[in-house]
Amino acid sequence: MRYAMAIDTRKCVGCADCVVACQTENNVPFGYARDWIVEIVEGSYPDTLKVHFESRRCHHCDDAPCVRVCPTGASHIVEGGIVKVTPEECIGCGACIEACPYGARYFHPDGYVDKCTFCDHRVKNGQDPACVSVCPTYCLIFGDLDDEDSPISKVLREREYYTLAPDASTKPNLYFLK
Amino acid sequence: MKEITRRDFIKITSAGIVGAAISKPIFGFIPPFLKKDHNPPLESELIKTPTVCDICFWKCAGWVWKDKKGNIVKITGNELDPHSNGRLCPRGTGGLGAYYDPDRLKRPLIRVGKPGSQTFKEATWEEAFDYIVEKMKQIEQKYGRESMALFYHGTTGPHFEYLWEAYGSQTYAEPAIAQCLVTREVGFIATYGQGLGSPEPTDVRNTKCLVLIGNHIGENMHNGHVQDMSHAIDHGATVITVDPRFSTAAAHSKYWLPIKPGTDIALLLSWMHVLIYDNLYNKEYVDKYTYGFDYLKDHVKRFTPEWASTITTLDPNLIRKTAYEMAKAAPSVVIHPGRHTAWYGDDTQRERAIAILNALLGAWGKRGGFYFSEKVSLPHYPHPPFPEPRWSWRTITTDKYKYAISGVTNVLIDHSLPEYEGPYKVKGWFVVATNLIQSIPDQEKTIRALQNQDLVVVVDILPTEITGYADVILPEATYLERYDLLRNSRHRVPNIALRMPAVEPKYDTKPGWWIARELGIRLGLEKYYPWKNIEEVLDWQLRQVGSSLEELKKVGVKHFERKTPLYIPDGYEWPFPTNTGKIELYSTDLAAMGYEPMPVYKKHEEPPAGYYRLIYGRVPMHSFGRTTNNPYLHELRPENHLWVHPKVAKLLGLENGQEVWLENQDGKVSSYSVKVRVTERIRPDSVFLPHGFGQKSKQLRKAYARGILDNELITNVKIDPITGSTGMRSNFVKILTQKPNK
Repeated sequence: MRYAMAIDTRKCVGCADCVVACQTENNVPFGYARDWIVEIVEGSYPDTLKVHFESRRCHHCDDAPCVRVCPTGASHIVEGGIVKVTPEECIGCGACIEACPYGARYFHPDGYVDKCTFCDHRVKNGQDPACVSVCPTYCLIFGDLDDEDSPISKVLREREYYTLAPDASTKPNLYFLK
Repeated sequence: MKEITRRDFIKITSAGIVGAAISKPIFGFIPPFLKKDHNPPLESELIKTPTVCDICFWKCAGWVWKDKKGNIVKITGNELDPHSNGRLCPRGTGGLGAYYDPDRLKRPLIRVGKPGSQTFKEATWEEAFDYIVEKMKQIEQKYGRESMALFYHGTTGPHFEYLWEAYGSQTYAEPAIAQCLVTREVGFIATYGQGLGSPEPTDVRNTKCLVLIGNHIGENMHNGHVQDMSHAIDHGATVITVDPRFSTAAAHSKYWLPIKPGTDIALLLSWMHVLIYDNLYNKEYVDKYTYGFDYLKDHVKRFTPEWASTITTLDPNLIRKTAYEMAKAAPSVVIHPGRHTAWYGDDTQRERAIAILNALLGAWGKRGGFYFSEKVSLPHYPHPPFPEPRWSWRTITTDKYKYAISGVTNVLIDHSLPEYEGPYKVKGWFVVATNLIQSIPDQEKTIRALQNQDLVVVVDILPTEITGYADVILPEATYLERYDLLRNSRHRVPNIALRMPAVEPKYDTKPGWWIARELGIRLGLEKYYPWKNIEEVLDWQLRQVGSSLEELKKVGVKHFERKTPLYIPDGYEWPFPTNTGKIELYSTDLAAMGYEPMPVYKKHEEPPAGYYRLIYGRVPMHSFGRTTNNPYLHELRPENHLWVHPKVAKLLGLENGQEVWLENQDGKVSSYSVKVRVTERIRPDSVFLPHGFGQKSKQLRKAYARGILDNELITNVKIDPITGSTGMRSNFVKILTQKPNK
């Protein structure tokens, strides 16, 4: 089992439904977010202009720097490659926040570091993560890379994609479809 | 690079520099907490109640999820619902913020002191009703019941419309008509004999070519249409976007036509020219179903792409090429009618041009074009006949605006002014769920009209600006706390959806149906309210169509069989409900009323030197001013930004994030400042300002004074002579870098 997510930038409208759905699903406190939208503008008016949106979150890297630097083992990898934090073991040192090239982690006001869990509580029950399940453009595709027939495996075979911060060599599991 | 904090959930980067989100420990070191359960509850541990979203007019059906303590934890879409297909938009997902908003109106309020004093005392519902009834009786004695006007919006509106009918006044209007979509409805009625309604029956899901004219799907989160457009993109549809701004839809389009604002009709006429004179139109369809083709052919003869190019600033080859793209896809093509179409004062004619183009392509009634929506024939709960008023909205509207199809808010406002001396005076306002100060252009006039009333009542859930002008404020319960009438929507599949309370009303708030009924009884209209509880009405109605309230409580949405075809079967004779029985390319109605029977391009006002055209629009996480104070949605976009082209920024020395003020062509200055967003995504002759921000009510603690409200600067109102609709896009602004002296 290797969970991954693809974001179809041809369809994303940057509405931030994924952000609100995550907030209500995971009770993320106001002022914080586990996922967010980035708008990228390239070229110039009128002929070469291009805009796309990226719905971003933890990349659940295979080689996760946050896990490597965590002094207590609070940051760890569970089944399916999901990177998680055990709040009780987190001492709030912030090393993982500094180590993450994606800015995916934040200090929860209750005193620990928090981040996207790919909604593993839902995934275990056969549901998609909350962000995926609400997306009105169907631009988020979640699934198991070990399953050749899963929509995520198919889409990554068929479409061109890019990943973020490739120089960091983290082997991320978020794929942005062109 | 400026540090971006995680509080800016929507980040903007440019020219390929992808901003990394930087997190900083903002609380420093905090010792680990005691062990507690951090896992969110599973849906199996929650209780769900059906709802219909009230955050916008799309009315998506969904489920409200409560934990064991009875707290609402989330809202999701109902899979059976064709409006949402089980997926709500950000506003619907964040709808629980309307319930939790600490700034809500909490109990009835009655003004103390003179009108305009904005000092209120808390009251009981009984006291509030007594006050209203007393004043309504005085207005009735002095002027007649017709002088009591109703302005309403949304799902709570029909309860009050019923009350008004029973009371004997049909002096009512919905701002969502003349300030929004009436010109579109009339443009299509004049052509096809029927309007579009909501959701619009555009078959975008199946289309091969989608043409958007100033319609920013993706920024307007008209949920079903956003989903449909995504589906169309997946299936390789060609999207053509006409917009002075590089909208999100433009970003997803094959063609972007950065048109000069106000010249759309010229483009539409030249597209007609190409389709007809290059023999690209659907001849069989046009011969069989349309009236007036020869007139039209003659009419558009000189409107070549080269002619349109000089007006629109668009490349004539691009005009030609896009016409060929449409023809290639036809009849699977949608030239989308849009929704808010109150732009320049000739909007019915622009919508007529859109309707005609769709007809030339044979798209109306065809797969991938427009389908025929159908709804359940649901009887009204029986009631005695309504009294006939001596005059109504029709009396004061249809002599001037001959094709008006419902009450026009701005006409009612004209009749509310102190200088109005005719026999049809409006002397009392009952305002339900609509902040007229934000939604009606020419604020000064609206305020003068308000101040000339003997009674102003506002029913709302939030202390919006208009509540400050009320004599009585009645706090309504949010949609999560109340029943409303059934959502009986026109769609591909006829269906009915139920909204029921998931929780008890917070504070001393009450559902709209209860407020209307209680007031009705106190006005002596008991016979119109033979039921005690709205559940009786809903159950009775549902039983007439073979269902029940009990069933709807379980499923939320119920589908019914269609009785009519979804599309026109190929080769069928098809009678259209027009005078000629055909699709009228030449409108016999408009000709008979003395309007131009075919659309004509007319030059509109242009910005004076140093001014830029003010274009307003939407952001996907807000429903105008209704949500800017919602704690979930406020976070996503707490204020608006003024989009300015880099050339303009250079000329004026503006930087990203700089605060500026705006002054319009009439010297009206914005109350607050707005931050500049320098972007390539807009023409240099225009600026763009998302609507709904710059709230002036201090009681909206989050939204107060955040950004600029475009409506303050809309004082040049262009009335559409056919419908009375208020065109709002002929306003021009100067950018002020210094705080103006007031």
